[in-house]
Amino acid sequence: MTKQDIVNNVAKEINQKPKDAKPLVEEVFNCLKSNLESGINIEISGFGKFIIRKKNKRLGRNPMTGDKAEITARKVVTFKPSKLLRDSIND
Amino acid sequence: MVKGELIAQVAEELNLTRKEATMIVNTVFSSIIESLSKSQKVELRGFGSFRIKQRRARQGRNPRTGDPVKVPSKKIPFFKPGKDLKVVG
Repeated sequence: MTKQDIVNNVAKEINQKPKDAKPLVEEVFNCLKSNLESGINIEISGFGKFIIRKKNKRLGRNPMTGDKAEITARKVVTFKPSKLLRDSIND
Repeated sequence: MVKGELIAQVAEELNLTRKEATMIVNTVFSSIIESLSKSQKVELRGFGSFRIKQRRARQGRNPRTGDPVKVPSKKIPFFKPGKDLKVVG
């Protein structure tokens, strides 16, 4: 499934053309993205939580050359599925 | 941020009623759930992708009593953030 399939579902739901529903769906993901990027966790009941986790710097290796390389400290987005989502996937 | 706040933000950005924004946001997430329930991955350009990983059945233990228990195989949803989804700072 891609964004287009979601656009089609939304279009049907709100009785509009997919062409007109597309920017609406884009806006939902833009909102999610901009909040996460500014470090705000997002909790969608029945779906799951997007949580920002801080990663410390660590030593890694360049897999190609085998050279030691420091992996810098960074923040990453993790997803914790809700019980409802986990259950609906295993039905 | 919870779903209600996301809906409010979407409604404001798009000049929609709360009711309309609710339908849009709910349909977005129910579509993703529906696809994952069929074990189909969901790819969202610029945001990330969701896919299903299959966990094998394994022998576990009841942590309280130490009794061995069978843990059945199950499917777990995973999210991989896209290249464009970068947290600053």
